Amino acid sequence: MAELSDQLLVVAILAYLAAMVCHAAEYAFGTRSHIGRAATRPARELVTVGGSDVGASGPPQAPAESTVAGPAGGRLRWVGWAAVGSTVVGVGAHLGALVGRGLAAERMPWGNMYEFILSVTFVGVVAWLVVLFRRPDVRHLGLFVALVLIMLLGAAGMVTYTEVGPLVPALDSYWFVIHVASVVVASGIFLLAFVPAVLYLARTGYDEGRRSFPYTLGRRVPAADVLERLTFRLHAFAFPIWTFGALIAGPIWAEAAWGRYWGWDPKEVWAFISWVVYAGYLHARATPSVRRSTATWIAVFGWATMLMNLFGVNLFFEGLHSYAGVED
Amino acid sequence: MITWVVASLRNGWRQLTSMRTALVLLFLLAVAAIPGSLLPQKDVNIEDVRAYVRAHPTAGPILERLWAFEVFASPWFSAIYLLLFTSLVGCIVPRLAEHWRALRAVPPKAPARLDRLPMHAPGERRDGAPAQVAAELRAALRARRWRAVARAEDGGAWAVSAEKGYLKETGNLLFHSALIAVLLGVAAGSWYGWHGNRLLVAGADRGFCNAVQQFDEYGVGPRVGPAALPGFCLTLTEFRAEYRETGQPESFRATVRVERDGPARTESFSVNDPLRLDGANVYLFGHGYAPVLRYTDRYGRTQTVVAPFLTVDETMTGEGAAKFPDANVDPATGRRDPSLQVGFEGLFLPTAPGQPPFVRSAFPEPRDPAVLLRAYRGNLGEDAGIPTSVYRIDQRQVEAGRLKEVGEPKLLRPGDTWTLDDGSRVQFVGTERWITLSVRHDPGQRFVLAGVVVLLAGLMMSLAGRRRRVFFRVTPAPAGPSPTDGSSVVGAGGLPRSDYPGFAEEFTRVVAETRGAAPAAPAGETGTFVGAGRID
Ligand code: HEM
Repeated sequence: MAELSDQLLVVAILAYLAAMVCHAAEYAFGTRSHIGRAATRPARELVTVGGSDVGASGPPQAPAESTVAGPAGGRLRWVGWAAVGSTVVGVGAHLGALVGRGLAAERMPWGNMYEFILSVTFVGVVAWLVVLFRRPDVRHLGLFVALVLIMLLGAAGMVTYTEVGPLVPALDSYWFVIHVASVVVASGIFLLAFVPAVLYLARTGYDEGRRSFPYTLGRRVPAADVLERLTFRLHAFAFPIWTFGALIAGPIWAEAAWGRYWGWDPKEVWAFISWVVYAGYLHARATPSVRRSTATWIAVFGWATMLMNLFGVNLFFEGLHSYAGVED
Repeated sequence: MITWVVASLRNGWRQLTSMRTALVLLFLLAVAAIPGSLLPQKDVNIEDVRAYVRAHPTAGPILERLWAFEVFASPWFSAIYLLLFTSLVGCIVPRLAEHWRALRAVPPKAPARLDRLPMHAPGERRDGAPAQVAAELRAALRARRWRAVARAEDGGAWAVSAEKGYLKETGNLLFHSALIAVLLGVAAGSWYGWHGNRLLVAGADRGFCNAVQQFDEYGVGPRVGPAALPGFCLTLTEFRAEYRETGQPESFRATVRVERDGPARTESFSVNDPLRLDGANVYLFGHGYAPVLRYTDRYGRTQTVVAPFLTVDETMTGEGAAKFPDANVDPATGRRDPSLQVGFEGLFLPTAPGQPPFVRSAFPEPRDPAVLLRAYRGNLGEDAGIPTSVYRIDQRQVEAGRLKEVGEPKLLRPGDTWTLDDGSRVQFVGTERWITLSVRHDPGQRFVLAGVVVLLAGLMMSLAGRRRRVFFRVTPAPAGPSPTDGSSVVGAGGLPRSDYPGFAEEFTRVVAETRGAAPAAPAGETGTFVGAGRID
């Protein structure tokens, strides 16, 4: 079962790779699609009424310039849908890899860092398919989603691979399951949210006339305001889940297991840092005097702190959370 | 001068309570937390801090002086969060007041030109005089849980203003207020909370009672009085550990007798399942073995020691010592010779390996227990009043020649006896279990929990909520015979006051339903914009 899981993971990575290649082909050779065209429409004029009653909530924003998914932007359109198909195949294999791990270990597949990253990326890609289903016009983001997935899964396989093993007694609790499940879901959505955040920054840079490397990525991605709103919605969705997982369920479990609900061990410190940074993002986005690109930088920075918690803390620090440690 | 001071104070306060300042302070808080994960922290593991300072003789003391080993209690970390919370209070108190007023106020007047709003629906004819139509609109909006008001305007026209989504601001204020509640709960815990840790060996005569003197290590908040610790006594009657064949632990469970005014009760608890007593919780942290050693000195006097050996690895190898400072007292003279004290140091192996070296246990359960002992005779160095570890023989005494090793290290199985060169004997009698436990009380805990639950609820309300307004203007239809009867023209405008992509659909629906016309947008065609400049 464990080997099958490993093989399925390879299948998943290959499928994501295929998806990335297809997306890249569509991205590189496709004509400016309807997505690009949507961006060239003039921005809607903002109207504020009621004088002083626009309170702390800042200037109202016009609702999304939603583009209706129109006909193909070129003959390469089928390549784009092939990319989505590969992603779906990848998700199937990914799920199989997780289930295989769980069956082999006779528990939820998140007992160590390797399995944790497998689960986070799985949530990320499922969330991506949900977004794609609801807004097919952001399909071009798939290239970058696949890229991030492959990098994380590759790193998980190479750096953190762990043989199947049982849980140490300290992890054997239903609050642990609730805690990790919510943290996994939130991390997966933050992972996905990172993609439009970065591309929004690239896109605004491109729109401001910058033509050097990272900004050129912004050439064919959806319009800046679409990206920005997607970034916000994903973060706003993930943040309460993160709050619940890291600040409620985690402490409840820690109280039962270690006698204190919060003890500033390195993983807790970084969970706190991520929470503060993401709160800063939401807070900044609601602050009228802060530019949207500044706010989005904070979100990108937030993902960096999440990565630190995923890889850095487990690998470099010694703490109660280090999964390798055995209670003694 | 005074006006200048007042002005700058005011200005400073305005700066401090601005959202931008809150943002900067949030960022500082995140950055200030980083050293707390990079450097060892006293609260987490004091031994790591000591080791770090030893390894970095120059940087260590400087960092120590900068509170780098207790970041979360440091003045600079406290300064940041206290400023942040001052800012927070300064921010939400006026907002609470304003929101309180807004909750009872009526929606504002409709703007003069509805077609300038982000959403607009052009005028449509409708039967009824403006006043009556306006009243109907208002009732229809109220039925849809909008807060609505109708106002008469010049020229016989009426306007209806409606607003919805106050929960967003309510949630936001709840969230920010809950942050303060959480901070107060944490503070209460550190002032009124206490904890004590100790090692407890199984056995009826080895129990302990809850008092700071009986803990190996403890911490008591500044506001905790001496009588605050509830009086109860615990005796460990049984400890069970289950392991897989690979040596991986599966479960631990300790059974204790609890005595507290009244008959003793038997309770059991485990990792993840603490013993919850009134006013204190007892947590199981660790466990290990204590070999029972009986020493018979050269005069034939026997003493027995149950010596907890500290667990050093996953297979439960233990390291420890057994000391007999009162050995070899001459029964004839009653004189105690400090140079004839005896001590043993060594390893406990719950499952001794098949052949040497006997340095590591093969399995965590006591399947074939053995102790590997080194014997020492001389001055144990305990009489000087300097505290020494009960788990080690003082090596300084050995180096100074005051304590000498006797013979070669020897492996003993239960029942084995080792006779030393002076005819005294040590016997490995058997093994007891011990646990380490932590007794804790944090009165702030439930406030913190309630605080974060409210915080989450407020957050979700705030993030999901949408503040929006719709306006209707009812003017007398031009062809009508008189403004009091006949028909009117109803135009509408909508204004999302927060980020709300779905407002277009809601606006279309509300207008269609309340105006009594057929829905303008067929269902399913989401995202169609009925905005200014398109439908006119
Ligand atoms: C203790 C640190 C703080 C944290 C963790 C924090 C966090 C947040 C978060 C996560 C949001 C977005 C979610 C929501 O709308 O409820 C937000 C919004 C907001 N915060 Fe804070 N905040 C803090 C301090 C402050 C302070 C000091 C102020 C006032 C100066 C403030 C005023 C606001 C306002 C006005 C909003 C916008 C509400 C809106 O229009 O959407 N916050 N904050």
